[in-house]
Amino acid sequence: MPAVENTIVICAGGACISAGEISVKESLESTLKEYALDEVVQVVETGCMGACDLGPIMVIYPEGIFYQKLNSENVKKIVEEHLLKGRVVKEFLYTGPAGEVKEKPQEELPFFKKQVKIATRNLGVVDPLSIEEYIARDGYFALTKVIKELSPDKVIEELKKSGLRGRGGAGFPTGLKWEFAKKAESNVKYVICNADEGDPGAFMDRAILEGDPHTVVEAMTIAAYTIGATKGFIYVRAEYPLAIERFSHALETAREYGFLGNNILGTDFSFDIEVRIGAGAFVCGEETALINSIEGKRGIPRVKPPYPAQKGLWNKPTLINNVETYANIPPIILHGGDWFSQFGVEGSRGTKVFALAGKVNNTGLVEVPMGITLRELIYEIGGGVPGGKKLKAVQTGGPSGGCIPEKHIDTPITYDTLKELGTIIGSGGMIVMDEDDCMVDVAKFFLEFTVEESCGQCTPCRDGTKRMLEILERITDGEGTEEDLEKLKELGEHIMKTSLCGLGQTAPQPVLSTMRYFWDEYEAHVKEKRCPAKKCKELTRIVIDKEKCVGCTACARVCPVDAISGSVRNPHEIDSEICTRCGSCLEVCRFGAISKVSP
Amino acid sequence: MGKIKSLEELMKIKENTLKDLKMRDTDKRGKIVVAMGTCGIAAGAKETLKAIVDVLNEKGIEDIAVVQSGCFGLCDVEPTIEVRIGENEPIIYGHVTPNQAKRIIEQHVLEGKVVSDLVVKRGEL
Repeated sequence: MPAVENTIVICAGGACISAGEISVKESLESTLKEYALDEVVQVVETGCMGACDLGPIMVIYPEGIFYQKLNSENVKKIVEEHLLKGRVVKEFLYTGPAGEVKEKPQEELPFFKKQVKIATRNLGVVDPLSIEEYIARDGYFALTKVIKELSPDKVIEELKKSGLRGRGGAGFPTGLKWEFAKKAESNVKYVICNADEGDPGAFMDRAILEGDPHTVVEAMTIAAYTIGATKGFIYVRAEYPLAIERFSHALETAREYGFLGNNILGTDFSFDIEVRIGAGAFVCGEETALINSIEGKRGIPRVKPPYPAQKGLWNKPTLINNVETYANIPPIILHGGDWFSQFGVEGSRGTKVFALAGKVNNTGLVEVPMGITLRELIYEIGGGVPGGKKLKAVQTGGPSGGCIPEKHIDTPITYDTLKELGTIIGSGGMIVMDEDDCMVDVAKFFLEFTVEESCGQCTPCRDGTKRMLEILERITDGEGTEEDLEKLKELGEHIMKTSLCGLGQTAPQPVLSTMRYFWDEYEAHVKEKRCPAKKCKELTRIVIDKEKCVGCTACARVCPVDAISGSVRNPHEIDSEICTRCGSCLEVCRFGAISKVSP
Repeated sequence: MGKIKSLEELMKIKENTLKDLKMRDTDKRGKIVVAMGTCGIAAGAKETLKAIVDVLNEKGIEDIAVVQSGCFGLCDVEPTIEVRIGENEPIIYGHVTPNQAKRIIEQHVLEGKVVSDLVVKRGEL
């Protein structure tokens, strides 16, 4: 076989496929064959290149020439001109936002700029099953330093200096928490790692446990030494089997090396960790419910105070921190509290891991200094909103948080600024929403989640959230009244004031915050029975423009519920009673005859 | 491995492992790191890993180690692999299907040419 001279990479992302990538590829391959180029030109399909609005797209290597908006015709021309005659076909080149011709797509993603990796420093770098690789990245040096050189008070002093606050959601100063647990008098104390990550959209704790389990082992051991505990638990949800497997492996090797078990590092300090697997109840992420669950009781929250630092697991003083919080501890010990506090801003020191999800190009985990703006996070690191759509809002803090509308995207992200905006950093989930998302529908989604996950112990949360959801359902079904809006608000405020635990105290947040910023959308649903984003099924219809429809039958063929009728070459019609508003017909219509309408 | 009792012992492990990681004084010429977080596995990292091992065996390449790591954050481009040859700057590739893995081994590992259309990042993470 002759050596490959050119490689053509053609995007086979979902958007390019629906834009006709398959026919382009077929045409490309047959043209290559026609000119006997198929042996020296290799065609490779790749995943989404992120320029979905320009699709189908392809890049010809080694030159790296980027062609856009292909069809079976122009791709033939590209083969004839570019590959046979070596001439770039200018008219199909990729153009930038200002119309400038760009011959090369970006080689490296800007994703990595502006990131500062502390908690996730080893993710993707070390082999999670190799304790040696963790040691090579300064692993267990912090523990050795603590045990051989530092007094517990000195550890707490460094933590206080660092300004680290709990990364699980509440943001309590970590140094203070450790101090309370240390000062509590008892012959038995416990250390717990809360790995019951449950916010929809957040997955940093899973990634840390899977990619760098030893950092949590090391930090928990440091915590135990500091507060005087001999026994630790990690509470992980059963949905994280790989995290459980790798963490358990880390425990075994740490014991072999003498970092866990009896006489750690040859001293008389002994400590060990046990894995407890949770059944996946969201409420068990609440620390006292989690403690009940470890004790073998039903996972329902306790009344606070007493706080776990005084009376926690089996009523003994207990230090409980979240995975990401622990992952910050070893670097703070090694480099000092002052080093950590140089990142971030007053009141919010260090970095935070965010899980970018939703309508953003680079979905994934990013670790950035506190105080970065949402704009930097979404546009520079996240690569913006796909398909050239307009950013509408960002939901932070999952079902306990609220939304930040587009007009506030230049606000620096800190514990305090987000609180002012009516939301929280929470565990760091960030769901990006664009113009196609209905804010009432979003609020309903999160409330459905909390209604499902409410433990049922206290009335405001158990019954109140259910009533709120019923009102929201009425509104999205077009049956809401203006009185409903008032009721929704009042009920929400009462639930926040009177619920026992954090779940109920924050459950109305998504509703209240969307009401605060998108009141006009709520009003449109109630007064005009209209969904501005054309999302709510009962308020939206899909219609075919009889003037534009040529009767190609493409829509009728893709309709999964046979709601479209009409004969060939005659305008088609959609039966709104049967139609599920799935939008499949919208995607296949090549004549722009189908649209969504909300009265 | 016996239990560690001092900073000196810890330091020794660090130094020895660093030599391996940086590809110094080892019998290997390079290594391929496959990201095996849940996101990577869901995107097909196990198949990619298998393809890498198969292609290396097929071609009789014995001086390349294959290891795994966790997710470095860009779940969107999984499966990802890092290719590190000698002391050259490591290259991270994204969307590495079994076919692309073969291409990377043929071009990058064997011929030393970076497969630029799949590059996600150059240099250390």
